[in-house]
Amino acid sequence: MQWEVVIGLETHAQLNTVSKIFSGAATAFGAEPNVQACAVDIALPGVLPVMNKGAVARAIRFGLAVGATVAPRSVFARKNYFYPDLPKGYQISQFELPVVVGGSVTIQVGQGEAAYEKTVNLTRAHLEEDAGKSLHEDFHGKSGIDLNRAGTPLLEIVTEPEMRSAAEAVAYAKALHSLVRWIDICDGNMQEGSFRCDANVSVRPKGQAEFGTRAEIKNLNSFRFLEEAINYEVRRQIELIEDGGKVVQETRLYDPDRKETRSMRSKEDAHDYRYFPDPDLLPLVISADWIEAVKGDMPELPQAMRSRFQEEYALSAYDASTLTSSLEMARYFEAAAAAAGKANAKLCANWIMGDLSARLNRDGKDIAESPVGAAQLAGLVARIGDSTISNAIGKKVFEALWNGEGQSADAVIEAQGLKQITDTGAIEKIIDEVLCANQKSVEEFRSGKEKAFNSLVGQCMKATKGKANPQQVNDLLRKKLAG
Amino acid sequence: MLNSSLKQLSAALAVKKISSVELTGLFLDRIEALNPAINAFITVDREKSLGEARVADARIAAGNAGPLTGIPVAHKDIFCAEGWLTTCGSKMLSNFVSPYDAHVIARFKAAGTVTLGKTNMDEFAMGSSNETSYYGPVKNPWDIGRVPGGSSGGAAACIAARMAPAATGTDTGGSIRQPAALCGLTGLKPTYGVVSRYGMIAFASSLDQGGPMAKSAEDCALLLSAMAGFDARDSTSLERPAEDYSRSLDAPLAGLKIGLPKEFFGEGMDADVRAAVEEALAQYRKLGAVTVEVSLPNSRLSVPAYYVLAPAEASSNLSRFDGVRYGYRAPEYGDLKDMYQKSRAQGFGSEVKRRILIGAYVLSHGYYDAYYLQAQRLRRLIAQDFEAAFQVCDVIMSPTSPSVAFAFGAKSADPVQMYLSDIYTISTNLAGLPGMSLPCGFGAGNMPVGLQLIGNYFDEARMLNVAHQYQQVTDWHLRMPAV
Repeated sequence: MQWEVVIGLETHAQLNTVSKIFSGAATAFGAEPNVQACAVDIALPGVLPVMNKGAVARAIRFGLAVGATVAPRSVFARKNYFYPDLPKGYQISQFELPVVVGGSVTIQVGQGEAAYEKTVNLTRAHLEEDAGKSLHEDFHGKSGIDLNRAGTPLLEIVTEPEMRSAAEAVAYAKALHSLVRWIDICDGNMQEGSFRCDANVSVRPKGQAEFGTRAEIKNLNSFRFLEEAINYEVRRQIELIEDGGKVVQETRLYDPDRKETRSMRSKEDAHDYRYFPDPDLLPLVISADWIEAVKGDMPELPQAMRSRFQEEYALSAYDASTLTSSLEMARYFEAAAAAAGKANAKLCANWIMGDLSARLNRDGKDIAESPVGAAQLAGLVARIGDSTISNAIGKKVFEALWNGEGQSADAVIEAQGLKQITDTGAIEKIIDEVLCANQKSVEEFRSGKEKAFNSLVGQCMKATKGKANPQQVNDLLRKKLAG
Repeated sequence: MLNSSLKQLSAALAVKKISSVELTGLFLDRIEALNPAINAFITVDREKSLGEARVADARIAAGNAGPLTGIPVAHKDIFCAEGWLTTCGSKMLSNFVSPYDAHVIARFKAAGTVTLGKTNMDEFAMGSSNETSYYGPVKNPWDIGRVPGGSSGGAAACIAARMAPAATGTDTGGSIRQPAALCGLTGLKPTYGVVSRYGMIAFASSLDQGGPMAKSAEDCALLLSAMAGFDARDSTSLERPAEDYSRSLDAPLAGLKIGLPKEFFGEGMDADVRAAVEEALAQYRKLGAVTVEVSLPNSRLSVPAYYVLAPAEASSNLSRFDGVRYGYRAPEYGDLKDMYQKSRAQGFGSEVKRRILIGAYVLSHGYYDAYYLQAQRLRRLIAQDFEAAFQVCDVIMSPTSPSVAFAFGAKSADPVQMYLSDIYTISTNLAGLPGMSLPCGFGAGNMPVGLQLIGNYFDEARMLNVAHQYQQVTDWHLRMPAV
């Protein structure tokens, strides 16, 4: 039987406000337990929540970025359940009327020939508060409660069940991750839990209209885990059904060590959360003026920038998409292309996606903290563009810039004498010397071994320490051997 | 001195006829003598009170006293007061010393009043007779075999017995007005949102409102001027300019239109209560007022609507009392669930448990629409009734309670009978309107009868004027029980 996979994602993005969603306590990560929990966060008798406007502004920003409707009126509701790290005994969330309705995210799935674009529709996004943390390991026979995280603002972003593979789910999660950082509403730090996904996964026979029974895999905090968990879950469900079993609706957890999902609780033990509108908070009313003000503050969005890059710099869809994977990279590219000239834009793109990215990766650095700035890279690219140096010498110059051995490409080229030799006479002289010293290769070439030609070119380049213009060497050498 | 108005006490303090320390000592002595029989106070702290009195005396000496500086005020034990045991009448909070001041407490501190102690109340303000307090029932000073009303029974009894010149109360369905009526006092529940709920332990957030209790309308006006005001920490607090609620006390009542809801003057009211109220209305006509019949057709639905909405909110509001962070925790328990169950089973009394159960039931899946949403619809209808009535009258009058104070145990076995004792007061809370009770005579057993005044939104100053003018020509409010 042919199976179709159906995936919907719910993502919790922690909003990067300075203070909490309903109190004035700080949201900074990593403080000593409970020092960032005020009276409201620990739910003393009599305390009341007050909405943080910064969190609302970020929700509006998100709504605008995904082309959603920002609800003029939304309602906070109480989700009631008991747990020690939930101080009030209820979580303030949005239930029937969320702040953001609809919208979509466009994703690029796969690479090369198999690559395709897809639009994932969003159901909604709503504001809510995070719970605290239970620490079960540190106290023998007891649990510790850290309420620093309690009340941290979250935007829960829910998709329609429109993804059809783990690859699509990961592409969506990456695109969303990039977007929330792009519009600066979330730091995207997955290790610290600032961006985490729940995946609803089901399978159905290809062609069947109804959805299969789904399982929800909770709290996936890396793209790799997301992919592994979905793939495992899909296999598990298909095998289960093919063996005559039935998928039950339940919540599952992914164990990255054993690379498997396991049941956390079934639908039967699901809570009745007894949602009702929170009487302590007025409905959230967002005026058209507020939305306009936020709009005026928005950066150019990745998709718009992608199209512009293709048009303005004649880049491929793949290049444009890679360069807009983060706002920092896009800004770096634009600065470099502006300094190096539009004619060198493609070369800039190649260098950023190639050598620069590889080097950054190797040192575990972000592009924003690259030792080689956009202006420096532009200087280097310009010298390759005008044939002052070859691409190979360019790598040397780049390494020197990376190590701080010069302020600019020109300074490095000058100081290390890397300028390309383009004087025909000088190159011919070297070729003559090489031919003289490598008679064997010359004979081999003349007897039809093309490989010998490459070896002779290599000798010429070696003799000039790579500085000879390779094209010129090629042309002159061929002429000499023919003559 | 014990029977003086706040204005007279203030004048005596101003001319140094008496110091705040002496005045406070006088009331503390009386508390020491009478409280064992009346049980109006849960906490009295002589040294702490005298300390505050010394601060007030210094302020008076420095010449920057306000109209309430140096005057002792008793606070309902529902208001969090820094350094004071704040129990809300419950075993659950029998060990809770508040680390912060409620907005109301902070306002009184700023006005320079002296905290005389924390008054007894029905547990978590759930009750109409003060019989649900963990600290034992408060006795009615007019007849210690009878209830003082509730839930602000301690506040009412302490003023009636002249153990305090003034007190704070809270009113969710009549908890200021009904005990004021049963103890022969004047009490006012302001428009919802006029007094901040921050630090006032929540019973039903959308209905709770703090207010003053005293001997006269003139005293209540002074107290309300100190209590009221916008508080950014309460999202339901209304941002309005500060008001002097005494400003129109002396305005004549000629032409005042008094609405008499026909539904409130039908069956179910005791004859003695009816007689006293009729006499009061005759007095108002003598003062130049005219009476018109109005109709509140949906008011008969106010008790059922209230007993859906208030328990629903309470069931959630009281979830924070879980034994985890503060308050009562069962001495012995097994796992987490057992700790919750035992702590809450032992920490809450039976009326609180009944309301938590009702509340959880009406909010649960499958019942929410039939109960909670239906009750919200009724609430709107009830508010619309009042809106129509205020088209043809300035204030509405009715009895505050259908009977005078009843004997202990008379209604405690039958919750519905108990709930019906708030039949005239509850609709005011559902509509968010201001309501008052003032003494208008005596009924069976020489027990006080209360006249209820209901005003339009923000008409507190007018209501106080209407009450004050009546108190200029009657002396019911000056009568004092023989204790």
